[in-house]
Amino acid sequence: MSAQATVLHPFKRNSVLPGFGLSLGIALFYLSFVVLIPLIALLIRPWEIGFAGFWHLLTDARVLASLKLSFGAALIGAGINAVFGLIVAWVLTRYAFPGKRLLDALVDLPFALPTAVAGIALSALYAPQGWLGKPLAELGLKVSYTPLGVVVALTFIGLPFVVRTLQPVLADLSQEAEEAAATLGASRLQTMARVIFPALTPALITGATLAFARAVGEYGSVIFIAGNLPAVSEIAPLLIVIKLEQYDYAGAAAIGVVMLAASFAIVLALNLLQNWAAKRQ
Amino acid sequence: MSAKRPYRYRGPREDAPLLRLILSALAIGFIGLFLVLPVVLVFAEALNSGLAFALDAIDEPDARSAIRLSLIAAAITLPLNIVFGVAASWAIAKFDFPGKSFLTTLIDLPYAISPVVAGMIYLLVFGLQGWFGEYLRDADVQIVFALPGIVLATLFVSFPFVARELIPLMQDQGRTEEEAAISLGASGFQTFLRVTLPNIKWGLMYGVLLCNARAMGEFGAVSVVSGHIRGLTNTMPLHVEVLYNDYQSVGAFAVASLLALLALVTLALKALLEWRYADEIAAAHRH
Repeated sequence: MSAQATVLHPFKRNSVLPGFGLSLGIALFYLSFVVLIPLIALLIRPWEIGFAGFWHLLTDARVLASLKLSFGAALIGAGINAVFGLIVAWVLTRYAFPGKRLLDALVDLPFALPTAVAGIALSALYAPQGWLGKPLAELGLKVSYTPLGVVVALTFIGLPFVVRTLQPVLADLSQEAEEAAATLGASRLQTMARVIFPALTPALITGATLAFARAVGEYGSVIFIAGNLPAVSEIAPLLIVIKLEQYDYAGAAAIGVVMLAASFAIVLALNLLQNWAAKRQ
Repeated sequence: MSAKRPYRYRGPREDAPLLRLILSALAIGFIGLFLVLPVVLVFAEALNSGLAFALDAIDEPDARSAIRLSLIAAAITLPLNIVFGVAASWAIAKFDFPGKSFLTTLIDLPYAISPVVAGMIYLLVFGLQGWFGEYLRDADVQIVFALPGIVLATLFVSFPFVARELIPLMQDQGRTEEEAAISLGASGFQTFLRVTLPNIKWGLMYGVLLCNARAMGEFGAVSVVSGHIRGLTNTMPLHVEVLYNDYQSVGAFAVASLLALLALVTLALKALLEWRYADEIAAAHRH
């Protein structure tokens, strides 16, 4: 436990508790077998077509269009969820009304509902003859089998990330600052915009980024509603599946590596953001 | 306090009634339209031609084999993930060692990786054109397009849930209780069984609940490694896909409604755990 012992014998047991070797051993074995070795295979695979081949593949119009759709639709979905997630989190933490606990539990539906189930449900819901698709079609809006359908599916899966990130921050928000603002004559809307919203911004960005990261790689809930027209409504994960079915493992791995790099960049950006938020407080 | 006043006094942290009404309507409307309506549709479509028809669709041989495969995959995945989750949290929460934050990052990785990529990595290692593909073929061992591949992909996407719940919980609880037990002469195993386990049991239950939901419902990762052999390597979500693409709508939604039912039960149990044992699980404060 003492700092000196840690420095001198970094791997020697620094606690009287037993089981360090066993538990760390199990964890490391498991992680190497399930995560590390396969991931290394993924990182190595694309280069068998050489850097030129890698570049040629990624600049292919169909691949570029799918990456643009996955990232673009995920961004729009995250934006929608930032707005509605903020409203939902606000209502759930600040207001009391019957059925609130039920509403709170329902926020996690996208976590709990298997993506394939969500996929066929959304697809049927927004199909031209569907419950929502029919009235929308009369308004001239086609959702299923268009890029708009991709946005709908990515909005569906992202909401809990924003709400669950905001809720604890909203609950811990300092009561005094709000009361002070009111005493000093600020209107309720001024207090919201100038006092509450700035305090929520880091959590809001974190939540939206988590929703975005999840949406970029999403597959099951999208492929049924998207219609999967090449270069129009075909998402990047689907293109990976198509390439795998054609035994183009190097090509599939190349797209996978790009998506993995994007995920890492997002995780890194999140960590930097959290550091920045911690410093600001 | 406010009830005694002749007019309703509004506190400095309360919103105007109109704003309250608008925001509540937006929140309820959004959740109703975007989250609840799709679930209602699943059950409505399943019962479209009557309950008997829906039950027949579930009782058909391919559906039964899909249900069996999903249950088998979950039954293998859960114990392994419990052992890993408990071991990883014991090492991370009770000891200090270099590389701890790297280990934690690795545990978080599946959350950030596309399920399709998760399935693909096993194809690249164990597939016929993968690293060990030829050796495995010569040894007549089938991993991808068979049960082992499905289990591996399921393991990958569902292993963080137990560890992510237990690590913050065990870190909060510290190591003093275990140290006391050890110094009083208890063995390591006794300490774990009599001191640690009672402290973490509800958190463990919570993690297992989420892990199970993900394991039974995983689609993308399993879809890549399963090979879609009907009646043999199709799990429930994959069977839903096959039926839906075959325009067997009632069948697809009947099997989907089983999965939706599982999701609703999971949510109910999760809410119950968060409400009843709020102090004994870490997740209640996180999400």
